[in-house]
Amino acid sequence: MTAKVTVEEVARVAELAHLELTPEESGAMLHDLNAILDHVAELNQLDTKGVVPLAQVSELEGAGGAAPLRQDAVLPSLDRAVVMPQAPETDQVFFKVPKVIER
Amino acid sequence: MPSETKAPENYVEKPKTLAELREGIAAGSVKAVDLASTYYERIAQVNPRLNVYLSLTKERAMEQAAKVDAAAKRGDSLGPLAGIPVGVKDVLVMKGAPSTAGSKILKGYRPPYDATAVTKLEAAGAVLLGKLNCDEFAMGSSNENSAYGPVRNPMDTERVPGGSSGGSAAAVAANMAVATLGTDTGGSIRQPASFCGVVGVLPTYGRVSRYGLIAFASSLDRVGPFAANVRDAATMLGVIAGNDIHDATSSPAAVPDYAVESDKPVEGLRIGVPAEYFGEGLEPEVRANIENGIHALKAAGCTVKPVSLPHTRFAIPVYYLVATAEASANLARFDGVRYGYRSASSETLSAMYSHSRDEGFGAEVKRRILLGTYALSAGYYDAYYLKAQQVRRLLAEEFLRAFDEVDAIVTPTAPTPAFKIGEKTGDPLAMYLADIYTVTASLAGICGVTVPCGVTKAGLPVGMQVLAAHLNEGTAFRVARAVEAAK
Repeated sequence: MTAKVTVEEVARVAELAHLELTPEESGAMLHDLNAILDHVAELNQLDTKGVVPLAQVSELEGAGGAAPLRQDAVLPSLDRAVVMPQAPETDQVFFKVPKVIER
Repeated sequence: MPSETKAPENYVEKPKTLAELREGIAAGSVKAVDLASTYYERIAQVNPRLNVYLSLTKERAMEQAAKVDAAAKRGDSLGPLAGIPVGVKDVLVMKGAPSTAGSKILKGYRPPYDATAVTKLEAAGAVLLGKLNCDEFAMGSSNENSAYGPVRNPMDTERVPGGSSGGSAAAVAANMAVATLGTDTGGSIRQPASFCGVVGVLPTYGRVSRYGLIAFASSLDRVGPFAANVRDAATMLGVIAGNDIHDATSSPAAVPDYAVESDKPVEGLRIGVPAEYFGEGLEPEVRANIENGIHALKAAGCTVKPVSLPHTRFAIPVYYLVATAEASANLARFDGVRYGYRSASSETLSAMYSHSRDEGFGAEVKRRILLGTYALSAGYYDAYYLKAQQVRRLLAEEFLRAFDEVDAIVTPTAPTPAFKIGEKTGDPLAMYLADIYTVTASLAGICGVTVPCGVTKAGLPVGMQVLAAHLNEGTAFRVARAVEAAK
């Protein structure tokens, strides 16, 4: 957990996140990530063996809980006619993107 | 006033109370349309310097104001916010209105629906003036990460208003709205409230629907109000709280009348003071003001006792792992396909994704996406994300134990008053560390109120954070009222 991030790892993570970094950005991110991860390493001081991870606070006692799920019934949702105009490129039925398959 | 007190610039102005305004509107002595116009004039005057509003929703506001006036004239019963001018943080969507989340990637986006909190405000009669500046995707503690320039603190325009809801806090401090909506993921309501000298509310997780909130970290995100006084903030929360079919994490618990709750005396309440929030890094002037506030609570009949929250020092690492992991997933939706910015320079689909994201996101957002992606990536998941979630449970349980012994916990909201614009931008970690007193309640899901609690010699406001157990907002409001009354 104290492992240093390398410039190759920054590039790989950027690729996973669909981000393109300039060499300057990449250098700055490398520096910042290492500084932050160094700080995060403090968590190693804690023995958390057997502690159940907490992903959602609603499950805690007295936290209010979540409402029961609604019935699985079809309800109206947003109309296509008001949604499609927000797309950068559309024929008002589909979202258009650059060609995926060459033929 | 002592001579060293810095004269505030003329941007600070206290709005009238909700009760006063609403009474005038109901009686017909104040017209909602005139009130809205007055606020738009004020905004035109001070916004060029403060950069609080990103866009105005004038047509919709005037239409609503006219409706309120007509209802008042007919003698209809009016909603609790009838005619009240309110601003909305730009991470909450409003139908047809620009909703950028402070990001270039959403420039020009006009959402086809309203956030639930927005719907509820309007149903209560509120007149929504416009959209408020904030850090990009609510990621930041100073409002300097907005793609549309920083908000300036009305108390001292060389200083930050705090973040990420900097515009929401500054709007109330400068009377550019009577009340506002903000959002809080790690302190984004409480810290700017402290920096701008206004009241800010962190509702219990699930108390207010997140539907229509542009997501940052879904297990932490909350929508909450800002106001110039505690009672008005309580009224605002009462309007926006409640279960919502559109948010499966919204709580079904009944919504009390928070304004009435806030009127109750504090005598006999047990107040906890955690030593962990008064240690190294806390500025002496902030400490002195908070200690004055604690004395005032004692004088009002509260029992003050120490409580221990030993895991506090692990909260920043846990928060920045959990929040960034969730953000990296949430922000994957910005891909240039369905809405928002698309890079023009892409031949392939994959290049279109990465070019659009690279050109559309600012540096802090990229930093957090990368950190979150790293923490979730194969080989690191257990060491970072899972570990953080385990410590999150320890932090939450520690609060639950403390609330067995006390009704509320009081702390400073931030270790310092508002800092200078540009002072911390070069060091992201230092900026993160300043969130130390607020991220704990975020992780535990509990509620809190930041209330003004004195000023420094330089005239900068200090805010006390009053924390209460899940769904105990009423208690937090009561304690905050007592601190407010002691001023």
